[in-house]
Amino acid sequence: MQNIWLMLADPNMQWIFLGCTLLGLSSGVIGCFSYLRKQSLMGDTLAHAALPGICIAFMLTGIKSIGLFLIGAGAAGLIATFGIGYITRNSKLKQDAAMGIVLSGFFGFGIVLLTLIQHGSYGNQAGLDKFLFGQAASMIASDVITMTSVCVLLITVCTLLFKQFKLISFDPGFARGIGYPVAFLEQLLMLLIVVAVVAGIQAVGVVLVAALLITPAVSARYWTDRLGLMVVLSGVFGAASGAVGTWISASVSNLPTGPVTVLAATLLFFISILFGPQRGLVAKQLMRNRVKQRFNRESESLAKNSLKKEAAL
Amino acid sequence: MSDFWILLTGALVASCCGILGVFLVLRKMAMIGDAISHSVMPGIVVAFLLSGSRDSLLMMFAALLCGLLTTFLIQMFQNSGIQSDASIGVVFTALFAIGVVLVSLYARQVHLDQDAILYGEIAYVHWNIWELGGVSMGPKAIWLLGFTLFVIAAVIGLFYKQFKLCAFDPALAAAIGIPVVFFHYLLMGLVSMATVSSFESVGAILVVGLLIIPASTAYLLTDRLGVMIGLSVGAGVASTFLGYGAAVLLDASIAGCMVCAASLLFIAAFLFSPSHGVIVKKLRLRQLT
Repeated sequence: MQNIWLMLADPNMQWIFLGCTLLGLSSGVIGCFSYLRKQSLMGDTLAHAALPGICIAFMLTGIKSIGLFLIGAGAAGLIATFGIGYITRNSKLKQDAAMGIVLSGFFGFGIVLLTLIQHGSYGNQAGLDKFLFGQAASMIASDVITMTSVCVLLITVCTLLFKQFKLISFDPGFARGIGYPVAFLEQLLMLLIVVAVVAGIQAVGVVLVAALLITPAVSARYWTDRLGLMVVLSGVFGAASGAVGTWISASVSNLPTGPVTVLAATLLFFISILFGPQRGLVAKQLMRNRVKQRFNRESESLAKNSLKKEAAL
Repeated sequence: MSDFWILLTGALVASCCGILGVFLVLRKMAMIGDAISHSVMPGIVVAFLLSGSRDSLLMMFAALLCGLLTTFLIQMFQNSGIQSDASIGVVFTALFAIGVVLVSLYARQVHLDQDAILYGEIAYVHWNIWELGGVSMGPKAIWLLGFTLFVIAAVIGLFYKQFKLCAFDPALAAAIGIPVVFFHYLLMGLVSMATVSSFESVGAILVVGLLIIPASTAYLLTDRLGVMIGLSVGAGVASTFLGYGAAVLLDASIAGCMVCAASLLFIAAFLFSPSHGVIVKKLRLRQLT
């Protein structure tokens, strides 16, 4: 394992490191809202659905650039969201089945396109399949700049609309009552999730990008009951996993970034579930012991009292 | 001859998945099926590293364990206060990541291709022949899938009544003394078995397409469970044939084309189903007015 400071001295590595960290940060922040709105698996669906979008963007232009892929994947993501909504509204299928259908249907289509690209006469296609698992090492400075601007945009929007997002996460009915444009805000949040997912695909890959949205948010939920703190913590957890993921995958050969980042996030999740104050397993056990002791003490003194009373009688 | 074997494999995969998918869709656990199909990955890899062969019973067993572990973990996190969808997301991504890391670390030493696990190589099925005493018995995958289909059909057939009740009214089932939790895990075990025996042909990711899409298609066409299972298997087998034809024409991934064909069948059912189709409903409304 390489020394992290030594690794960071390499300017190319600095870019990648920065990109992955920012990515973790922004997906952590957005993930909080999607977790609270009970839409965690939406990120997974959108990520899978992005694959055909990316392939079509590449087939039409023949260029590999994150900006173009963002547009293609964004369009595919919006179609997927619409499809899920349409299926759920117009048939007796429930949301989970609708999500499964859209997810696998789009992904299957994406795989078909991917093989068409590989067998076809598209030059310069090497590395397109890296999108499945992410290869942060293939990022170049311009990618990182695109990613950085995306992250800044996401975090700015979240900060500016924090109050509104908070309200639609907890009580959309009330938000509608006091006159917020709830449908618009929900769509905006969905769009932000699509953007976060697509930006994450380059580093973590289609299959695992959902973890960046879900795991840090769930971990953060264990530490606090306040949304503001939860968003910050989730961002920090995401950033830390992104950083650790890049570091380890850069120092061990042949290890894709995505899975390592996800495992780092999962480790943080386990730490949170064990040691979170109040909700963590350890805290719960301690609390249980304390209550049991108090109960024992009280029942003992009660028993003594009643013995005394009996003796007095 | 290779066409025959490929189609037979596809049909077997579609039948295994079609039967189980019905119960997943009815119990609103489609995404758990998705999770299991991802999370058997570490089981497959570990078993492969241990045994060195692709279609061993060890692999089946390891995947079974992984599937049950996934179900157990999802349930545990859910009980400790995490929303169900988030707990599914956390568990399957973590297990899948472990699987991918293992593959990338050891892929050079053993012949296990990441792509093969993920999208399958149904086209190579007929190369892997099982020989018994020097006599060729046909592709190994067929035997494995046949065995899986037999187990699934036997279990579902034996406990059809129980599965039916658990699918529609778990509370009543529990009240009259059916061990609902046991059947839940049994179903999940079967799903893991189906996933692992089909991963070689359609890959770990696209299995979920064959689990959920044909079953949903069937769900839109009928209101009876028995008919639904039949239709689901039918839709699955039909999409195998259509998909293989399309794949040969387009020179594209067979598994991908199969899932696309299944999606097209679903869209057709969604629009034109005699009882629930969107267009049919519209027409009926117009007739009424």
